[in-house]
Amino acid sequence: MKKDLIELRVNGRRREVAIEPSKLLLDTLREDLQLTGSKRGCDDSSCGACTVLVDGTPMLSCTMIAASLSADEGGHAPEITTVEGVAEHGAMAAIQKAYGDWGGAQCGYCTPGFIMTVKALLEHNPEPTDEDIRHALSGNLCRCTGYTQMYQAIKAAIRAEQEGIAAARR
Amino acid sequence: MSEFSVIGKPVALIDSAGKTTGAGKYADDLSLPGMLIGKILHSPYPHAAIKRIDATRALALDGVVTVVTGHDAPNKYGILPVGHDETALAVDKVRYVGDNVACVVAESESIAERAVELIDVEYEPLPAYFDPEESMKATSDFIHPEKPRNIEKDYHHVFGDPDQGFREAAYTLEGRYLANEVTHAAMEPHSTLASFEFDSQTGQPGRLTVWSSTQVPYYLQHKLSIVLDMPMAQIRVIKPLVGGGFGGKSEIIPLEIITAVAARKAKAPVKITYTREEVFWAHRGRPRTIVDLKTGVRKDGRITAVAARVIQDGGAYCSYGVVTILYSGALLGALYDIPNIRYDGYRVLTNKPACGAMRGHGTVNVRFAFESQLDELAGAIHMDPAQIRRVNLLKPPCITVNGLRVQSYGLPECIDKVLEGSQWSSRKGKVRHGRGLGIGCSHYVSGAANSIIRSDMPHSTVNIKIDRDGGVVVYTGASDIGQGSDTMIAQIVAEVLGCKLARVKVVAADTDLTPVDIGSYSSRVTFMNGNAAKRAAENVKQKIVAATARKMACAPENVAMRDDLVSKIGTSPALPSTETTVSGRVEGQILRHSVQQKRKEEGPKDQMSFEEAVVAAIDFSGALTGTGSYAPPQEARGGKHKGAGVGPSPAYSYSAQVAEVSVDEETGVVTVHKIWAAHDCGRALNPVSVEGQVIGSVWMGLGQALQEEMVWKDGLLMNPGLLEYKSPSAVESPEIVTYIVESVDPEGPFGAKEASEGSLAACIPAISNAIFDAIGVRLRESPFTPDRVLAAIKARNDPQNAGIRGTNDTLKPSQFREHGGSLWFKGRGPMRHPADPARAGATADPAAGED
Repeated sequence: MKKDLIELRVNGRRREVAIEPSKLLLDTLREDLQLTGSKRGCDDSSCGACTVLVDGTPMLSCTMIAASLSADEGGHAPEITTVEGVAEHGAMAAIQKAYGDWGGAQCGYCTPGFIMTVKALLEHNPEPTDEDIRHALSGNLCRCTGYTQMYQAIKAAIRAEQEGIAAARR
Repeated sequence: MSEFSVIGKPVALIDSAGKTTGAGKYADDLSLPGMLIGKILHSPYPHAAIKRIDATRALALDGVVTVVTGHDAPNKYGILPVGHDETALAVDKVRYVGDNVACVVAESESIAERAVELIDVEYEPLPAYFDPEESMKATSDFIHPEKPRNIEKDYHHVFGDPDQGFREAAYTLEGRYLANEVTHAAMEPHSTLASFEFDSQTGQPGRLTVWSSTQVPYYLQHKLSIVLDMPMAQIRVIKPLVGGGFGGKSEIIPLEIITAVAARKAKAPVKITYTREEVFWAHRGRPRTIVDLKTGVRKDGRITAVAARVIQDGGAYCSYGVVTILYSGALLGALYDIPNIRYDGYRVLTNKPACGAMRGHGTVNVRFAFESQLDELAGAIHMDPAQIRRVNLLKPPCITVNGLRVQSYGLPECIDKVLEGSQWSSRKGKVRHGRGLGIGCSHYVSGAANSIIRSDMPHSTVNIKIDRDGGVVVYTGASDIGQGSDTMIAQIVAEVLGCKLARVKVVAADTDLTPVDIGSYSSRVTFMNGNAAKRAAENVKQKIVAATARKMACAPENVAMRDDLVSKIGTSPALPSTETTVSGRVEGQILRHSVQQKRKEEGPKDQMSFEEAVVAAIDFSGALTGTGSYAPPQEARGGKHKGAGVGPSPAYSYSAQVAEVSVDEETGVVTVHKIWAAHDCGRALNPVSVEGQVIGSVWMGLGQALQEEMVWKDGLLMNPGLLEYKSPSAVESPEIVTYIVESVDPEGPFGAKEASEGSLAACIPAISNAIFDAIGVRLRESPFTPDRVLAAIKARNDPQNAGIRGTNDTLKPSQFREHGGSLWFKGRGPMRHPADPARAGATADPAAGED
């Protein structure tokens, strides 16, 4: 199939890719941009391992056509954030560190999807209840952890963020 | 000061940053220049002879490089030496819907997908077998001609005198329990990348490198050598990050072989990654198991005898089947003191994807039956279910009646912990109707004492290299599949060498670089590779200590290594460590910027930094390397009877759990509110990992107990997707409270035993026992889905039809068919031979063609 040249905004950068018009965002990220952090765990949008943020909203990149996110004629394009774009200022984000510290990631295959989901949750709701967290995570599957240690990680990340903000104010 | 400086403290997995940032590479994340993509054609028939494969139309498609069929690699292989019954691709016939027929290699995935549809295969359907009890009656058209009656293997064991035991019993119960089939559904679909390189001497394709999502890189190397007719030394297997295994990657999965065969034929690197549907077909999960169980007890609750007849629906190939059926029998012992056991196990072939090893291999379904029946017996003799478990405890050190050596036994404490946590004595039987508590116990091996391929080879070997930079590099064949074994090994080495964890770098699971370890299965890695790592580190430590003792002018036994310091025992510790660890300033160290540095002659000293000590040792003895290996002791290897090789382990883990559930009698929905789980892991080397493993096991048991099930229709899997398979999501997962019990095993590394599997099996009976406590209904078939719960409630109200095969029998195919057609199956659907008895029956009587 003939390829089109499209422009995407990924992790704050402008990226040009030549892809088949039907190519999925997940495959475009993984194959054309070598951003292999987003994973494919299923074929039917049931596992959430491919979750990325599109203008801050968690979306399943395995069921999005990449070309639908290409820049318009004015050069405006939705901002796609993958797990590779989460670390800030040269350091791992609090949630990434906490997932490691608290056992939120075992095999790690589902982790990028969870990180994106949690990042979106905390941006919209910085102090979620346990129930909020459970519901936010319910679209992502994990087979290793039973989710329990993820909750601990998320709470630790929230504490770390709050302490960081408090320290910055001082 | 704690006895240990590194172990016993929670640490983040050393590879966790790669996982949380997306930088870590799994097999499907890898690619090579010129890499082609393979797609496999699967059989639409459950059982059929292949008359002809014509790939002309596929090969004509632009972008298709080659098509591989069974004749390109006809050598048979299998994970067990007694079970070499698989070929990379079907040679003469297909044995299940989803069996591997041909593989297209093309320039892109989309071209390969189109080409697969263009392969013409002519099949001649054969009668197919879907129910193990039916399959055992077969007289012709056997699934494997060399296995008459489709029985892969049967074992008949008698230990003690079961007949006498039953005569001594005051109360005897008999019952049939059924656990339906479940699968691992690891989040990472299997993926393999294979590449040949040219041989400089011959100019021909020479060495093969394979990157694969595997728990057993060394077995893969071995089987590739068999199928490809290549020496093992010409094959390098590398395990990248693996996205979970649970046993599903603990043997050779067809794509791993097919990829290598395809790369050879295509003369280019080839990658194949399964779709999720293909993962379900590759399967190797826990077989549907029928357990006919009989247990006798005295009035005081002591078990006098157990008799079990177990039939496993093994699917179309042997896989780990012989081991599974043996574990089911062997692990009836070693949890409780059972004086007399009779075991009849049948591993049966059926025309479905092969079952294999899955977390809690062999023990889970039998444990569900046993722990359920024990509860029923407790009820019959009016004893508390926790008490009947207590009166039947082993008294270690001991050897069970079936020859299993037990040294450390934390089960009593596990029971205490969960009873206390759940307030059992004040709440059991006293919460409102519809809500209840149930207890279950389980155990598991810490590695098999006898390896699959019988030999005197150590099961694990670890090498260590320390260079002048003070970095400790550990070379281990252990396969980290997410359970944290790389971290565990780093911790053990750091503990022994008394250095910081950050110094230790682990190079793992690369057959070119690392010494043999037989793989990540049967929970063997901490015990066996951990022991090997400990010995390797002690080997290096000896050299460092010998050198530093000279410098300190003391005996080697007076030198201690801890917290990055090497000190003479009795001297006060604490040099400011920042000053001594800066490379380039260390005494005698020859590094860039410091080559000219003069040796200081200070005379004997009491304390040295780790780096100074390493340099002293290198100066003294040359390259600083060490090696250690582990083989289970002879005493732990079990009895001499046929099949005695499976079951024995150097140590066993123990688990007790209490589940609190409520049951909605209108809808049949079971809600698990909380699970208290105590696990005896010997010693928790990394408590955060141990807790994670225990919670993960319990949670996986919860899935099998409540909702996970592979549903079949004429050999076609009806739910080959994560949505339909219904692995529990965050909202369905209850709080799991863990208690770590440390029994400190005399032979485990620092006393450690397994933590990742043993807890799974206790969860299912804990839930079924809690359901009974809640509503007085006994569930004897897992998973306890609303339809089964309602059927059981109905049977309670109508005792005439009680029992597993009463009128409310959800096993009837007519009820299966209510599930409707598969949304996911793209082929033509399963086709049956016209003379197939199941098919003939299907038109006359919908209940006849039992799956």
